[in-house]
Amino acid sequence: MPLHLRSIAELRRGLRAREFSSVELTRTFLDRIADLDSRFNAFITVPREGALASAREADGRLAAGTAGALEGIPLAHKDIFCTRGVRTSCGSRMLDSFVAPYDATVVERLAGAGAVMLGKTNMDEFAMGSSNETSYYGPVRNPWDTEAVPGGSSGGSAAAVAARLAPAATGTDTGGSIRQPAALCGVSGIKPTYGAVSRYGMIAFASSLDQAGPMAPSAEDLAWLLASMQGFDERDSTSLERAVPDYPALLGQDVAGLRIGLPREYFGEGLDAGVARAVEEAVRVYERLGARIIDIELPNSNLAVPTYYVVAPAEASSNLARFDGVRYGYRCESPRDLMDMYRRSRGEGFGPEVKRRIMIGTYVLSSGYYDAYYLKAQKLRRLISADFARAFKEVDVIIGPTTPETAFRLGAKQDPLSMYLSDVYTIAVNLAGLPGMSIPCGFAGRSPVGLQLIGDYFTEARLLALAHRYQLETDWHLRMPEGCA
Amino acid sequence: MSLEKIDVERIAQLARLEIAPADMAAYAQSLSDILAFVASMNEVGTDDVEPMAHPLDVAQRLREDVVTETNRREEFQAIAPRVEAGLYLVPRVIE
Repeated sequence: MPLHLRSIAELRRGLRAREFSSVELTRTFLDRIADLDSRFNAFITVPREGALASAREADGRLAAGTAGALEGIPLAHKDIFCTRGVRTSCGSRMLDSFVAPYDATVVERLAGAGAVMLGKTNMDEFAMGSSNETSYYGPVRNPWDTEAVPGGSSGGSAAAVAARLAPAATGTDTGGSIRQPAALCGVSGIKPTYGAVSRYGMIAFASSLDQAGPMAPSAEDLAWLLASMQGFDERDSTSLERAVPDYPALLGQDVAGLRIGLPREYFGEGLDAGVARAVEEAVRVYERLGARIIDIELPNSNLAVPTYYVVAPAEASSNLARFDGVRYGYRCESPRDLMDMYRRSRGEGFGPEVKRRIMIGTYVLSSGYYDAYYLKAQKLRRLISADFARAFKEVDVIIGPTTPETAFRLGAKQDPLSMYLSDVYTIAVNLAGLPGMSIPCGFAGRSPVGLQLIGDYFTEARLLALAHRYQLETDWHLRMPEGCA
Repeated sequence: MSLEKIDVERIAQLARLEIAPADMAAYAQSLSDILAFVASMNEVGTDDVEPMAHPLDVAQRLREDVVTETNRREEFQAIAPRVEAGLYLVPRVIE
């Protein structure tokens, strides 16, 4: 089998058996990026020489018998993760020339496990978007249909994995930014429990929601990646002090007897019929495997998107206040005075969607409005979270569609609100801080459909095993876009 | 909640954002639409609900008050827009 079609487990075996070297493997993917990415625009920066140098070091460790869990395996990082010595743009003009002076913990851990960084993937500016169209570097195109969006904000990572320009990639998910692009590009992705993976060095959007996770063709691949990414980090004040499960070893957990909840609210008005069919078929697969299917209610689901669009912009307006044109990032030409420098540097450095969200956040936090907006939203967040807590007394896992529709046309959602509703099924999971994932479960027409699996806190191992079991029964995750096989 | 251009100018001032006059009306419209949308939060009573600031109700960790970072001033200043003699340069603040 060609190297670019092998799973992480197969690549591990091949590297350890000296069937091929990390340099060969890395070069294979660098060449694929060079040959194919002009179609997709999935990468912002590809430090080819640095990748080959890391691969040579990995080959040294493989030869010396000191290989880490992911030794020699190439990966792509979303351009939201700081990478020492490599431009970290966050998809923004503001950071177009920003070369990070340190590595994010996620980057450091994956490098520590021996992974080789291929490059930095395109994304919606500051992770604000669901289509990758807000990137300063231009939109990413969906490998299944280059006239369609890949989803966002981790659209570059999703497209890179879908086109096998990388065996796997990192992403971040504040309201669906791993799961939604995974669904639209036909790949697998997991957003772990809030606090499981360190946020240190991951450029902040909404700190009480942001969480990093891996994206790859299969749940088995995700298990390998997550095992290396996760873990306590004293440099992140919300990092959890918990042992990291051995995810690859736990993939064999049985599905029989597991109680699966189907939230009525996720199958109602607004759900595309083709998406509904694919998801219902996936439910029948689990039923055949011995799972019990139970109808449940998440009655406050309709409040998730409005609540999110208070909480997330409020936190973003505070986090993005650091971009002042003084210490790093963009500064305007010839400022008249300090205020002019702040306002023009930010006005010119940020794109329209980022400015819109900063203004929403500034407004809802401004004097006299706090109780009506932010406090109200925090109370609703409690209700939304309580819905899940009640549901998890009756069921072990919740499944449903990841998105209401498949990949839409570039430019189709000009109105911000219609774009925001792309995340209608994913946002509540972030508000509650729960783990959630998306795996491919078929097609509606030619477009991939994502199945969302939502677990209780710290049940990533069960989610991955459940997804893996499905992927042993089906081959949706192995389907390839035309011209990429 | 409907915002006028003058409201957008006030918010932009608070947020330290320069907004081109030509873009004001579009922002007034989209911000008003978003605020009208989030107003659906008010359909649910929350008088006795405790606000949730953080997904997991855990306390912040404490640590000893000791220096843990090394001084990397030169490295950090190397990526600044303008520095001189170890200082970040900004337009004159005090006349």
